Order: sequence, then structure tokens, then C-alpha cells
Amino acid sequence: MSVRVGVVVFPGSNCERDAAKVMTSLGAQAEMLWHADASVQDCDAVVVPGGFAHGDYLRPGAIARFSPVMSAVAAFADAGGPVVGICNGFQVLTEAGLLPGALQKNRGLKFLCTTVEVRVESPRSVLTSRVAPGTILHIPVNHFEGNYTCAPSTLRELQSDERIILRYVDNPNGSIDDIAGICSPGRNVVGLMPHPERASDPLLGSADGVALLSSLLDAAGGPAKPHGPWAQDRDREMPARLSTAAGTPSSRQAS
Amino acid sequence: MVAIHSVNVMKGDIHMEGSTVHRALGLTDAEAVEIERILGRSPNHLELAMYAVMWSEHCSYKSSRLHLRRLPSEGEAVLVGPGENAGVLDVGDGIAAAIRIESHNHPSAIEPYQGAATGAGGILRDIFTMGARPIALMDALRVGPLEDARSRWILDGVVSGISGYGNSVGVPNVGGELVCDPTYLGNPLVNVACLGLLPVERLVLGRASGVGNLAVLLGSATGRDGIGGVSVLASAGFGSNGDEGAADGEGGRPAPGGGEEDTAKRPSVQIGDPYEEKRLIEACLALLDAGLVVGIQDLGGAGLACATSETASRGGVGMDVDVSAVPRREPAMAPFEVMTSESQERMLAIVTPADLDAVLAVCRRWEVRAAVVGRVTGEEGRLRILDGPGGAVLANVPAASLHEDAPRYDRPLAPPPARAAAPPIPPPDDAGADLLDLLLDPSWVYRQYDSQLFLNTVEGPGGDAAVLRLEHPTTGADTGRALALTTDGNHRWCALDPRRGTAMIVAESVANLACVGARPLALVDCLNFGNPEHPEVMWQLSESIDGMAEACLALGLPVVGGNVSLYNESQGHDIDPTPVVTALGMIDHLERRPPGVTLVPDGALFLLGPRSSDLGGSRWAAGRQGGRPTGVLAPLDLAAHRGVCRLVRDLVAAGLVAGVHDVADGGLAVCLAELVAGSGIGAEVDGLDGHGELFGEAASRMVLCVHSEDSDEVTRRAAEAGVALATIGRAGGVRLVVDELVDLAVDQVVGGWRRALPEGLRAATATVG
Repeated sequence: MSVRVGVVVFPGSNCERDAAKVMTSLGAQAEMLWHADASVQDCDAVVVPGGFAHGDYLRPGAIARFSPVMSAVAAFADAGGPVVGICNGFQVLTEAGLLPGALQKNRGLKFLCTTVEVRVESPRSVLTSRVAPGTILHIPVNHFEGNYTCAPSTLRELQSDERIILRYVDNPNGSIDDIAGICSPGRNVVGLMPHPERASDPLLGSADGVALLSSLLDAAGGPAKPHGPWAQDRDREMPARLSTAAGTPSSRQAS
Repeated sequence: MVAIHSVNVMKGDIHMEGSTVHRALGLTDAEAVEIERILGRSPNHLELAMYAVMWSEHCSYKSSRLHLRRLPSEGEAVLVGPGENAGVLDVGDGIAAAIRIESHNHPSAIEPYQGAATGAGGILRDIFTMGARPIALMDALRVGPLEDARSRWILDGVVSGISGYGNSVGVPNVGGELVCDPTYLGNPLVNVACLGLLPVERLVLGRASGVGNLAVLLGSATGRDGIGGVSVLASAGFGSNGDEGAADGEGGRPAPGGGEEDTAKRPSVQIGDPYEEKRLIEACLALLDAGLVVGIQDLGGAGLACATSETASRGGVGMDVDVSAVPRREPAMAPFEVMTSESQERMLAIVTPADLDAVLAVCRRWEVRAAVVGRVTGEEGRLRILDGPGGAVLANVPAASLHEDAPRYDRPLAPPPARAAAPPIPPPDDAGADLLDLLLDPSWVYRQYDSQLFLNTVEGPGGDAAVLRLEHPTTGADTGRALALTTDGNHRWCALDPRRGTAMIVAESVANLACVGARPLALVDCLNFGNPEHPEVMWQLSESIDGMAEACLALGLPVVGGNVSLYNESQGHDIDPTPVVTALGMIDHLERRPPGVTLVPDGALFLLGPRSSDLGGSRWAAGRQGGRPTGVLAPLDLAAHRGVCRLVRDLVAAGLVAGVHDVADGGLAVCLAELVAGSGIGAEVDGLDGHGELFGEAASRMVLCVHSEDSDEVTRRAAEAGVALATIGRAGGVRLVVDELVDLAVDQVVGGWRRALPEGLRAATATVG
């Protein structure tokens, strides 16, 4: 059985087909999770894709957090299930409280679509387990509100716990501490502004995102692989207080 | 803007309210008489308002129709030609491509953000109306010089509007054009093209059929925005602050008197909501996939009046519309407001009564409002507007009279007076400095657009043509082929010679396709011209159409659709004639990324095509003549052009090209500089025939950068194809050197190219912000 990856679809999402297409090409089975259904079905991992959920009305993610599917995503994440929010998905996860901080308008106050260099800072997350720290990846960004910010205490915590997993080499949007991606204390919930699914084919300019998405599939590996490399790292190195706060991967409900 | 605020239902007589009511709506006296003749009685206000919008220049093409017939529209792959919402081509493997281009010039001049945003929204609806999922946008933007504060404000607003709408609705924008020139001062051009894909069997046409079937209005509630947009705004020019009305032609068309009056037109601009459009797209495609609609039509210019009359007219049926059933945004809207409102994000679907519940269920899922507003009748093609089911008949007109029977004008045309011979232009003091002045990197524009969604963008904005991997729109099956798309225009060429200039634009589009290895499939055009009541403007339009026809026939490109935008004038001046074309091409085997506008170290530089030192129509020469186009265009040999393009296409396909760029705006100088800027690699070029060959813009020339080991093969193939090939130099180093003319550091070239637009706009914050 191949790994089942759920892709959340809100009205206004637009990267859901792209995410599903790449996951399928990597050998996974993609399931669309409609926002009005409070279920992640029996998926092994969840992707909250890019787009403009509910039109980004009020502010990105502000309405999406109330969609019924998000309670199921939160329960799945609480149980240690791998969840990745890409771009608008990252915004949704911060609004839903699954990740700290917020995404504000880009420095420069313009939408920005371009390929940037991001450095992998930590392999200890469901999205980076296959990539050595220090690796530079070429991945497109495509956002207006990608300027990550958080309280100073949160930033210190992210830094000290090695939860900043991706940094921009040349900060395109003003994000604090060049942050491009972070993970939850349990390292199973990841949010990032760059689009790894858009860097999945050399014909389109870069295939650097494949290592990231393959890491996610490792983490979603099901009963045969209950502990991916990210989890082993975590068990080995994670501070105890975070471990207890976040539950463990083996307590996941998904099969 | 509209003189009538109350409506006398079915009693209204234009003579009762004074004979100028029709004029205030944009109709001429002769047109009002013709309406009376058609109806056999005086029209009431609602009817008059419907005729006014449907017979507007924008909707009826009344000045251009006679001429448009001369464009070739036939081709093996053509499934749907001009006249429908979009042209449709069979691109193989069961896939059809729908393509269209449209202007939103006047709204963008008044309210840049919403004008441009709704332009994008409108063209998307034209595409998914055909059953196609929109997969790519392109935008051709023309504004006044950046030194002008209002032009900067317009450009910033237009780009933000296209970005805000296109990104959110989820359709990648893969390229376009940006031109800044005094001819567009006060009248910018915002042309947006859209490409969509559909399984061939899903092709639907905007027509009603089946007596008893229901007309269901989908999407936004109807408000007062955009009332009279097509007639009051799009079909008249802009005035000045002074005395001269811009459009004071025949029949008492209202002369827009001044700046204040132009500002007062702002309510005629529609407001867009991309989130509504996104849900509307998904709902409509779901309805089409499930086979739940008989016909479907978007609501754009002229709103419900247009959608109901066109679907009925095309289907040869009648339609009863219950105006009271139309969901409204505002209370107390008069029937004429409901029928002519241009509120965005609405579609009219024709469905069978049996399918209605299923249709409503799909709409509920996508949170799309749906209301039954009408019924197909057999009433001899009558369009009747009713007040409630079985209620009073508010209007009763032949549907076809609004659509097919709109007046056609054979307007007088006359060539403009011959230009005085321009004084000879002295050679440049510093050709390098002149070259830097010509460079402009448009990435400030296109980095604001999502260009990559759907994972098909092999080559995005910034190249000669965009390349999109061709996958089946429903199964996702990869065909191993790709579509190429390019948008081109050049007002300087067309101002000097609209016929040859337009032919050169078509030729340039085919050259751009060749640079990415694509063969031409079809073309759509957007004809932006001045006031058609000026005989020289009609002459330009007629000549331009002839030039396009000649080039399209010679190069094998059917014209499958188009748009005409007239009354582009400001302060009494018509814009330079500006036909813009979007050409679609096919790459039969997509084995690698196209070479792109780039150089490789130690690559040989070849110039393909005829050598020419002719500066006629060039941007450099215009710069020496106060910005006005000057000289005579160099001849264009279409057969030879076809040969050059075929050779380049074959060389690219064979992987023998490391970098390529066509010679166009700015001549060989800009071509070489862009190759340098695209790669950061220098070049040394010699043996040119002075500054004429450097800055001239004669057609059919391309520069190739070829790896040394491939040079002999490329030379051999050029000789075999009978295409002139000259070795003009070598890539490499850190300087761009051209004979004794140019010697610039690569950093200067790259920096000048990159900084031109952001620095030109930076002044905006200082003076406007």
C-alpha cells in the first residue's frame, strides 16, 4: 500500500492539484480533503496547500481556521501525524495555532513570485529529514504575505530548539531571522513559504523540492516505518519538556 | 453619466422625455430611428438602454466588422473561429485549446487597479465559458512615459490589479509586454490574453436551445457597478481639461468635456472579486464535466442584456427573462439597471428543468449563488423582459436585433497627410550610452504575478515566448509536447506604415515562437486604435487588418478571434495605431528546456537573416526625433521570414542552440545587450555596418549563440535552408564590445537593464505617493 497523503481543499485553494500531482509522482496516493468535512479520512500525512483559502478575506487563513476540516487536522497533528502547510497553508496553520507566529505583508508591499535560495538549517522535521543541514535548495516563492514574524520569546524558542528548519539565503520578504520554514515542538507540523512542489521537475527549472517532499513521505511511512529519521533524531536530541508536550509519533491514530 | 433616472414602464416614449435620451445613452439619431423601425414603435426606456449597450462600439464592432472579414480564419486545427467567446483549436491527444485577447483600456485609465483586475476576470470567463480551464494569462501594457506621475500611478495600479486578481483566482501569468511612450499619455492600453485547455468533447457554445429550458444566473448578485460601461466608457474617448471634446463626431455622441467628467465616469468601472470568480470557475467546470448544462455564456460588457440576447440569438430561440428574479446587491434598482449592469463574476447557464436540482447542488458546494431568471421560448426569437413570472412585459424585442442586426458602418477612410521628410539623423555621440537608455528589464512587473501554478511553466515571463508543458486537462496525461505563447506589438512601426508594421508584428510573433522551438498554430489580435470617426484612424485600421491578413496567410496562422478597442484618444489626440497579437505555437517534442535569451562562454555568435542598416521606425531613431517614429520601414519578405523561423525552430529542436534572441524593438543593440543581461556573460561583436545595423529594426533577423563544436553543423544547416548566416563575434569575457561603437562592462549592462524600471517608478513615491 502506498502512503496516503491528504490535500486540504478550501474554496479558493489553488495549489491542491499541484501538490497532489507531485505526491502521486513520488509514489503516494493523494486524497483531496474538502474543507467542510471534519475528517482527514485515513491519511498518513496532510498537506495544506497554497492559494487563497476563502479568498484570504479578513487576512490569510483567518477564516480557513474555522473550516471543519481544521479540527480534524489539529487532532491528527496532536497525535503526531505529519502536517505540512505550504505558503497559504503555512498562513492557515499559524492562524489555527498549530504553528507560532504570523505572516505579514512582504517588505516592499508587493506580491513576489521568484525562485529563491533556501538553506536547510535542520534535518529534524518531517519535511527535512532527507536533507543535510547547510544544503542550499532552489525553490520558488509566490506570496504577498510571506514576511514571518513572531514575539521575541517565540523567536528565541524557535532558535534554541532548532525549529527554524529553512532560512532564506537572500531574504526576499523581510522575514524575521530570514525564516522560510519552521516546525512545531513535536517536529511533525511544518510551515514554509517556498513551494517545494514547484521545484519537482528539472524541466521546470529545479527538482530541489523533491528531497523535502520525499522526507514527508518517509514520515508518513505508516506501520512499516513508525519512526522516520526525523523522529529518531527527535527522540535522541529533543528536550524532554517538548517531547511530553507534543506527544510521540507512535501515538498517531493514522495507520 | 446617464440622463434618465426613472423608467416609465412600457409607456416610455423617447419623444415624450425629449429626443436626447438616446444620445445620453450613446446612441446616434440615426440609430434611434433604426430601433423604431425594427420595433415598429418607439422603444421604451428599458429597450432603449438595452439597444444602447448592445449597439455600442465595444459590443457590436460596428465600425470594424466590415474590415475584420478580411482576416483569414480557416485552418486545419480550427474548431471554433471568430465570433464566439474564444477561438478554439484542436491541439491533439483529445485536447483543445481556447484562446482570446481583450482590452480594458478605458476602465484602466480611470481606475487602474479595478480596470485591470476586471479585464483579467472578463477574459477568464470568456475562456471557461467554452468549457476550458484557464491555464495561462499574458498582459500587454502600454502607458505614458515614467516621467509622468499619472502614468506611473496607472502602471502601478494596473500591475497590482492584474496581480491581485490573477494570482488569487489561480491562473498563472506567463508573460507579456511593457511599453512606455508619450502616445499613451492619458490613454493607457491594458490588453490581456488568456489560454485555456479542455477535453475536445467538453466544448460548449454560448447558445440557448430547447423550449422550456431554464436560464440560470450564477455568481455575484447584480449591483449598480459598471452600468453603461461599454457605451459611455469604452466607446468614447477622453477629454481634456480644456475645450476640445475628444469624441464629438456624428450623431451627437456626447463629447466628454473635461477631466472632471472623466473622473465622473468612475462608477462605470466594475469592481472585481477574484474569490467569487475562482468559485465560479470551479462550479462551472464541475457543471460541464457532469454534463448538466445545455449552453453557457459569461456576463461581461452589457451584462444580462448581452448574455440573454446573444444566447437566444445564436440558438435561434426566444427567451423570457424575469427581471425581478435577479439577485440584487442594492435595493430599488430599476429594470434597465439590472439588465445593463456589468457586475462581475456572473454566468448564465441554460439547463433542463430535470437537471436543475443537480445544478443547484453543485453551486451550493462551491458557495455560488444560483437563481432561475428565465426560460427558453419558441416566441419567434423574441427577448421579453417580464416583471415577475407571468407579470407585466417590460420589454419585447427581437433577440437577434440586439446582437446580429446591430448597425455596421462603412466609415470614411483616408490616409493621413504625408509626413514632412525627417531631417537626417546624425550618428550617435555615444552609442553605448544610447543603448543603456533603451534597456528595460520588466521583471518588476512579472515578479508580481504567479507564473508557475499548475506546474507546466517550462519557460515563464522574460523570454521570447512562454513555454507550457501540454498535459491533458482532465486526465493529466503528459503528451510530451508543449504550447508556446507570445504577445507582440509595436506602435512605432504601425504609425509609420500600419500595413507593413502590422505584418512585422505578426512576423515577430512567429520569430518569438521559433526561438523556443515552436511552430505557429494560430493567432488572436487586439486592435487598439483611435477614434473611428476620424478617417485617418479608419484608414489605419483597414491597412493594419490587411497587413495582418497578408502576414497570417503567408506564415500559416489563422486568426481565431480578436477584440477591437476604438476611441483610444486623449485631449484630441488619437494614439498611434497599436495592434497587439498573441500567437500560439506548438513544440512537437519537448525534450529539454528551450535555450532562452542567454550566452555561453566562448559560444559563436551568428546573425541569421538579411543584413540591414535601415533605421526606419526604430526606437533609437525616434529618440533622436523627439520620440516620434521616423523614416520608412525596411521591406519585409514573408517567404524569407518563414525560412529563417523554420531554421531556428529546427536548430532549437535539435539542441544545437545555446542561446537565442530575435532582433526587434531596439534592434541588434538591445538584442545583444539582453543576451548579455540574461547570462551575465560578455560578448565581442565586429563587422557591423555602423550604428544603422546596430540600432535598425528590420525584420527576420535572429542572433544565435552556439557552442563551438556545433558551429559547423549550424552553418551547414543554414546553407542547406538557404538562410543567410553571418558570424558576428563570440560570447565571453566581462564586456559587451561592438566594433568601435559600444564598449560597456557587463555590470553596466546588467545594472542599467535591471534598474531602469524600479528607478523610473521610484520617483512615483516621491511625487504621487
